[in-house]
Amino acid sequence: MAERLRDLLSIEELTAEQIAFLLDESKPFQEFQRYPLKKLATLRGKTVGLAFFEASTRTRISFATAASRLGADTMNLQAESSSLKKGESLLDTARTLDAMKPDCIVMRHSSSGAADFVARHLEIPVINAGDGTHEHPTQALLDALTIRDRRGTMENLNITIIGDILHSRVARSNLHLLGKFGCRFTLCGPPMWLPREFECLGKHVRRSSRIEEALEGADVVIVLRVQQERLHEPALPLDEYILLYQLTPERLKIARPDALVLHPGPMIRGLEIDPAVADGPQSCILEQVTNGLAVRMAVLFVMVATGSEAEDARGSAHAAH
Amino acid sequence: MRVVEKNQLMSATEIDRTLQRLAHEIVEKSGGTANLALIGIRRRGVPLAQRIARAMHGIENVEVPVGTLDITLYRDDLSKIASQPVLHSSEIAFPMDDKDVLLVDDVLYTGRTARAAMNGLFDLGRPSRVRMVVLIDRGHRELPIEASFIGRSVQTSDREIVEVRLQETDKEERVMLVERVE
Amino acid sequence: MLLIKNGRVIDPASGTDAKRNIWIDGERIARIAPAESTKDSSSAPNGETIDAAGLLVAPGFIDLHCHLREPGGESSETIETGTRAAARGGFTAVCPMPNTRPVNDNASVTRAILERAAAVACTHVWPIGAASLGSRGEALAEIGAMQKAGIVGVSDDGHPIATAKLLRQVMDYCRALDLPVIDHCEDSSLFAGAVMREGRQSLRLGLRGMPAATESIAVGRDIQVTELTGCRFHVAHMSSRTSLDLVRAAKKRGLRVSCEVTPHHFTLCDEDVVYDSRFKMNPPLASAEDRAALIEGLADGTIDAIATDHAPHEAAIKEVEFDRAPFGVTGFETALALALQLVHAGRLSLVRMVELFTTGPAGVLARKRSIAAGEPADLTIFSTEHPWTFHVKQSASKSSNSPFDERNFRGAPMFTIVAGRVAYRREA
Repeated sequence: MAERLRDLLSIEELTAEQIAFLLDESKPFQEFQRYPLKKLATLRGKTVGLAFFEASTRTRISFATAASRLGADTMNLQAESSSLKKGESLLDTARTLDAMKPDCIVMRHSSSGAADFVARHLEIPVINAGDGTHEHPTQALLDALTIRDRRGTMENLNITIIGDILHSRVARSNLHLLGKFGCRFTLCGPPMWLPREFECLGKHVRRSSRIEEALEGADVVIVLRVQQERLHEPALPLDEYILLYQLTPERLKIARPDALVLHPGPMIRGLEIDPAVADGPQSCILEQVTNGLAVRMAVLFVMVATGSEAEDARGSAHAAH
Repeated sequence: MRVVEKNQLMSATEIDRTLQRLAHEIVEKSGGTANLALIGIRRRGVPLAQRIARAMHGIENVEVPVGTLDITLYRDDLSKIASQPVLHSSEIAFPMDDKDVLLVDDVLYTGRTARAAMNGLFDLGRPSRVRMVVLIDRGHRELPIEASFIGRSVQTSDREIVEVRLQETDKEERVMLVERVE
Repeated sequence: MLLIKNGRVIDPASGTDAKRNIWIDGERIARIAPAESTKDSSSAPNGETIDAAGLLVAPGFIDLHCHLREPGGESSETIETGTRAAARGGFTAVCPMPNTRPVNDNASVTRAILERAAAVACTHVWPIGAASLGSRGEALAEIGAMQKAGIVGVSDDGHPIATAKLLRQVMDYCRALDLPVIDHCEDSSLFAGAVMREGRQSLRLGLRGMPAATESIAVGRDIQVTELTGCRFHVAHMSSRTSLDLVRAAKKRGLRVSCEVTPHHFTLCDEDVVYDSRFKMNPPLASAEDRAALIEGLADGTIDAIATDHAPHEAAIKEVEFDRAPFGVTGFETALALALQLVHAGRLSLVRMVELFTTGPAGVLARKRSIAAGEPADLTIFSTEHPWTFHVKQSASKSSNSPFDERNFRGAPMFTIVAGRVAYRREA
């Protein structure tokens, strides 16, 4: 049985068994999205603190909906109205939230390691919803679930990731997760966003700055968005990026005929991805969103529903009927 | 926690006969199989529901639909569990509205499982009627729940546990009364 | 009167490594004699005797690079608390950098620091003055006036000396005054926004990294300006193999270039960095290869001094997310023990280690450091075996930003003698 999760801070520290467990736990929640009445009482009385220090609409709504469908209440901290702007430290903000006794905190922050930092100071579980350029665990989980559902497996596949790899927490989390299942990676993008050390992050990682070469034999293509807000250095002209790295239908043909196309969103049609590909049969973009809800419900269930009053670690084989 | 086996309540043959009898009883009291649906509560309610459906098929030559219901998400005692329960999907391939539902479980005890099961059912739609079918009713209700179709009623103490073992789930077939020790 | 008897005296200046008794009168060493003669001479009247049997006696250690934060940053450290921590680390003299508030860029600030030190410091305080006004890299600071007030060197530490042109002006000026110019070598464009060394670990952690070239590009620039001006130049907190090679080549050409390395740079490397700002300093922890090259450089003499770059920060500003934390770690109290780890591992000889704390740094300041009659009575008496554990909570520093909290060590300073007084004595 997988070791009990205390926090969900990174994929890198999870075992393959823990990951498989979380994906399996997501399946009933996928079913659940089809129910007419999408409301459980499983987390009734529990509160999920949403501490989004970095602006995010989609992930925040996804976690908020997940919590709500499980019957939990939410506490909402948003960057724009955040006390951080008034100079309060991250730790003080987290402690203030903690003093209102949520049952867990879901956190997004622009500094790598921020979730780890907060988790070290709080007793309650911390779920990392994205920390700087480090990791975005639930994104990798929902990507893996999507791939597993569509392909029947997530093992030993050829994965091509295209974009600003250097600044992408999604790329790192995917590298760690699918890497634990024997997948082989080709990272593709402009050279200054593809440092050599990425090849040290996995057993089968190669780099290519030519998209045509990078797409050969791909089972899965993950297209990253171009994050202008992250660039300190001189940015690449967008037209240049489109010319060299946009995923067009012609380029997609270079990959395997049944290759899946994933995108963490939000996508900019006509920039990193051609609209025909985004809307085409190989695109899994909308399923990713639904699966995101299922994965986040599973994560909240696993980390919040059980154990707060448990006295010992024995199983529930003889639960009362 | 250690358990000690006390005595056998039902043998394999007795289980089989009881299920046959229950199938007949259900068909009789329902005036046929119209709109009936059997829903087994995970885990052991599921093979029991399947067997009852097979028995009904033998009687009426009609396929009564069978679904499975996982009640983990509806339990009221989740905070008291230390380990991480494995969730399973409920699989109910037919629409719930207006169905005459028979909830099937191995043992009826406090009634909390049945309550959770009903919450799950009602999330899926609006059945016209819900009745409960159990192999063993061991009393000690903590909620106002009753079973309409009972295999056998057994008097038990709080320290005792009724263990139903079925071929499909436990590789053996009998009902045991065991007792918690120390 | 102070007698230190039975100690094994290591004095690099005279090549002494033998048991000696040392008599101290006032602030100077009065007499030294071989140790066998203790039996008859007891301590002088009104004096103290320290039995240094089993201990080593070295000339007083000098820390070329530290931050005492006063004036302006007293919540993190003061001259009093900083020098007390330095004495606990065996240091008898410290050189505080000018990045105080206000910056030490004129004689009044220098005098204020020295007056405060005279009142409360446990060790000698030899300040480094700023190279440019406010260390802003625009106009020259009042270097001549500061030298009269007592600075021993010049630096814009915290920042690199901004341009080659300014560096040349500073060096021309300092050559005439015979002051060493100390540079925090860093290319600002490569440094911008980075928080650790660029490499596998920075990639894993998602933290912005700076390449080794950030430092060595500036070292190369500075060495060429040194050649142009003939000034004495010292590389502060050198951290990479490339920088080391440049310094080695410059020395071979006869240029007056020197360099220092911090204990954290010869102990840790970038693979040790975790999301804990006690591992964040500038220059950042470098690669394992750099560390190995630095240790070789310590042993072969290319590196002149071990300097702590003791950079205290109070918890409120240091204990934040890695990105936002200020750079810097403390270092006075663990420096000797960390250097002894190299000695115990056979990477460094004991005598060489003593040089790195004494004659090496003294040489950078064009001073002598020795144990001889008439010399200042500054001595560091230490054990190479005493087992102890460093606890930041028990440190004399006001700040606890050290990556070595709870580390076990073998060897420690036992007595620190400054100007003939016992500035620090280790409790058993």
